[in-house]
Amino acid sequence: MRTTVPSGMTRRHFLTHLAGASTLVAPALMLGSTLRVHAHDLQRRGKSAILLWMGGGPSTIDLWDLKPGAPTGGPFRPISTSGDVQICEHLPLLAQQMHHFAVIRSMSTREADHERGRYYMHTGYVPNPNIEHPSYGAVLAHELAPQRQDLEIPPFVTVGGSSVGPGFLGMAWAPFAVSSDGQVRDLSSGLGEDRLYQRMIALDAIENQFIAQQRGTVATDHQKVLKKTLALMTSAQMTAFQVNQEPEPVRQQYGNNDFGRSCLMARRLVEQGVPFVEVDFGGWDNHQNIFPTLKDQRLPTLDRAMSALVVDLEQRGLLADTAIIWMGEFGRTPRINGDAGRDHWARAWSVVLGGAGIRGGIAVGQTNEDGTRALGDTYAAEDLLATVCRALGISLETTFTSRDGRPMKIANSGKVIDAVLA
Amino acid sequence: MRSGVIRTALGWVVALVAILPGGREGMGQPLRPGRAKDYGLPPVALINQQIRQGWVEQGLRPSDLAPDGEWCRRLFIDVLGRIPTVEELRRFTASRDGDKRRKLVDELLGAGSYQEEFARHWAAVWTNVLIGRTGGSEPNSLTDRAGLEQYLRDALANHLPYDRLVYDLVTAQGTTRPGTDGFHGAVNFLVMKVNDDKGAQAAAATSRVFLGLQVQCAQCHNHPFNEWKQRKFWEFNAFFRQTRAVRREDGGDGPGFAELIDEDFSGEGSTPQEAEIYYELRNGQLEVAYPVFVDGTAISRSGRLQDVRRREQLGRLIVNSPLLERTLVNRLWAHFLGHGFTRPVDDMGPHNAPCHPQLLDDLAAAFRQNSCNLRDLMRWITLSQPYALSSRSNSTNATRDDPTRGETPKFSRFYLRQLDAEVLYESLFVARTQRPPASSPEHAEARQRWLRQFAVAFGNDEGGEATTFNGTIPQSLTMFNGELVRDALAIQPGTILHTAVHNDWKPLDRIHYVFEAGLARPATRDEINLAGQLLAAREGDASEAFQDLWWAVLNSNEFILNH
Repeated sequence: MRTTVPSGMTRRHFLTHLAGASTLVAPALMLGSTLRVHAHDLQRRGKSAILLWMGGGPSTIDLWDLKPGAPTGGPFRPISTSGDVQICEHLPLLAQQMHHFAVIRSMSTREADHERGRYYMHTGYVPNPNIEHPSYGAVLAHELAPQRQDLEIPPFVTVGGSSVGPGFLGMAWAPFAVSSDGQVRDLSSGLGEDRLYQRMIALDAIENQFIAQQRGTVATDHQKVLKKTLALMTSAQMTAFQVNQEPEPVRQQYGNNDFGRSCLMARRLVEQGVPFVEVDFGGWDNHQNIFPTLKDQRLPTLDRAMSALVVDLEQRGLLADTAIIWMGEFGRTPRINGDAGRDHWARAWSVVLGGAGIRGGIAVGQTNEDGTRALGDTYAAEDLLATVCRALGISLETTFTSRDGRPMKIANSGKVIDAVLA
Repeated sequence: MRSGVIRTALGWVVALVAILPGGREGMGQPLRPGRAKDYGLPPVALINQQIRQGWVEQGLRPSDLAPDGEWCRRLFIDVLGRIPTVEELRRFTASRDGDKRRKLVDELLGAGSYQEEFARHWAAVWTNVLIGRTGGSEPNSLTDRAGLEQYLRDALANHLPYDRLVYDLVTAQGTTRPGTDGFHGAVNFLVMKVNDDKGAQAAAATSRVFLGLQVQCAQCHNHPFNEWKQRKFWEFNAFFRQTRAVRREDGGDGPGFAELIDEDFSGEGSTPQEAEIYYELRNGQLEVAYPVFVDGTAISRSGRLQDVRRREQLGRLIVNSPLLERTLVNRLWAHFLGHGFTRPVDDMGPHNAPCHPQLLDDLAAAFRQNSCNLRDLMRWITLSQPYALSSRSNSTNATRDDPTRGETPKFSRFYLRQLDAEVLYESLFVARTQRPPASSPEHAEARQRWLRQFAVAFGNDEGGEATTFNGTIPQSLTMFNGELVRDALAIQPGTILHTAVHNDWKPLDRIHYVFEAGLARPATRDEINLAGQLLAAREGDASEAFQDLWWAVLNSNEFILNH
């Protein structure tokens, strides 16, 4: 009978394990420590991206594109920053780091529903019942992972949220979701390595038999995920998730809250070589009482964590290779509604980009006096994705084949926002 | 010493393989498709005929019929929410009765021993549809999840027709929690949706779940892709404006419970007889709206209960709307066949044409004529030819009938799909104990606790959510190392491995037993060989070897995929 050897194991390895010997346990563990030694070198190679996802649709007119004096302006004042751009007075720490960030003020999209907007901004495609498009994370992980042959943990990690799935790229590129405390449930088998591998070999045999019966790709995807799971269980790189190993002052810097810890984890993961990390920070769907909510809750947390992240990346020499993308599914209505809130508004809003050679300290595009319309050239999800791809050195000619055989160009043929690429 | 043990164990395997028969009849081998049976039921004939017509037009040959074991497994999964026990499986596969499939369907849907399990499973399915997987666990939630499940369980056990069930869910007043005065579990559908955002969520969920109309975008602006205009949304929303959820204290330290009540609505203007509401256009201009149903039927504009009870009017309009049966048929078809006639199933507006429009219409009409009897619709679908097909593809349908490639479904084979977390939980229970799941509140509570770990809420006000039990690494870790599978490997009186290890059966029968328990088929030659190798690796310790084998079975694609 033939069985396929789990990835990373030699045939001899397999046979020895099957015979119940334990002599190869020591070398296997040593492999882990070798990687730890070299982790510092590994981190220098290859590009990464961190998406700060503001679930609910942040009110960018109150953060990045203020309209003081306009009837839609709200109570917040703009302040000057370290760049040639003004932002909200309640983001004082970020104001000192704006030389790293470009604000795109002329985003204009059509999806003002949460689900649709979430999908569109994550994929660059509007939802289509006949096809599932891969999210940014899956696409960039797919493109950048080959630079990271030594990466044992998933190339697409989402912290504190769920992101959008891998679509036609397959479950092997699905986001690995962890909570901000970095605890990964059920990580340990509690078995000796021998016995674990023997179980895996038996499992592999049953899986292969089922796959050979040609029942569909779901069966094959299941096996791919199993192999990634096994790699993860035995990897020393999992320490990257343990935010509590950071010195106390560093943790303070990011803020003692879920978003702060998540941003810190993002830095640790990027340092370990993970090409794409998404950090989820929800609570921006402020239909009511928006201003106190922003001033007292959302903005202080955002300000501290996002500024700490960019400073930390820079100090570690990672910023030049790491793109930071700040966005939500849409902006919010310039008009303040009857409940002192703002509703969904996709026609004119802002996103923020930084790192990976993005030109900081600037604003690109503008909106009209009351913030209801974007003026001049406008940008959409696919343009952002194209710009990030270019910044990360990924060719925009890259083409995928969807499962129905249709060629799909990376970033949906978006146009690069040249102004932010220095 | 060790090598001697191994040689002995391998010898044992070789001997086993040599005497192995060619597989048990009925369980493993695909069956050639004969003439599609319709069991004398016209709707079954209708399904078979219309689906087959699609195959002919597309030049597709349907897959072979699934063997008895596979079909039995999928029927238990889809109807009862769990896999069959070995005893249930063997009773079915061993039967030589030509009408046995129909008899099994009747048994699972019937008033006998499965009635309670059926009601419990479908109560859980509907609860997820009505309030999502996280409904009731939000901070300060008004929803009592157990209250909704109790209502649904009773309704389903009592064969309440679907239209009556929907009427209750749309119109019920009363308290959320079982045991409180005025309890009516059906209120838990709307109780969290009426207070905030002027009841926008109540309008969005009601139209989506029961009428297949996605209207939430139209709350703020005219929908770019379907005919829903902002006006229609607020006219629909107006039906909910007499309704309010009120928090009640229960005297204890708990969060209390809630009561859903209807009361006079004076409108946002000044005349309760003309209780109008206002909504804002994008330019800030205010427009007025009164209750008007999606088909244009207007009701009295008064907000006073003595003149009109708006939700009761809405309930009547919904249950008389032809959208009701179309939406339900689409939902149940997707439940059993893996894909609906539209995708997503609850977006059936004119912009999203169904793949089999005639069949959808005809089946919907048959369901309505049959008094909206849910069990009969399930009977028709599960006895149909598409439900009986194997998931193995053939040369004509491997790529051309694969909805995961974006093809419209033609139902020429059974589409693989992963078990829901709920079904997996119950199936692991059945696999371990070889008994139907317990009906105790403790079992339900433990299940709910286990399920909660997979739910992820999005950061918005509409209660969007996702599950991490979706075929990704966290799920695999749960299956590899989590408590549920660890428990399933226990060897103690009453567990499957105890039975497999401590009995006087032949070795081969023990191995077949665990494969039938997990995969509804006997072990193949290769798998028997594998069992021997594991026994050798464990130096003849049968308990440990069976734990390893059973672990592999439970973690396999074949176990977790409904096939």
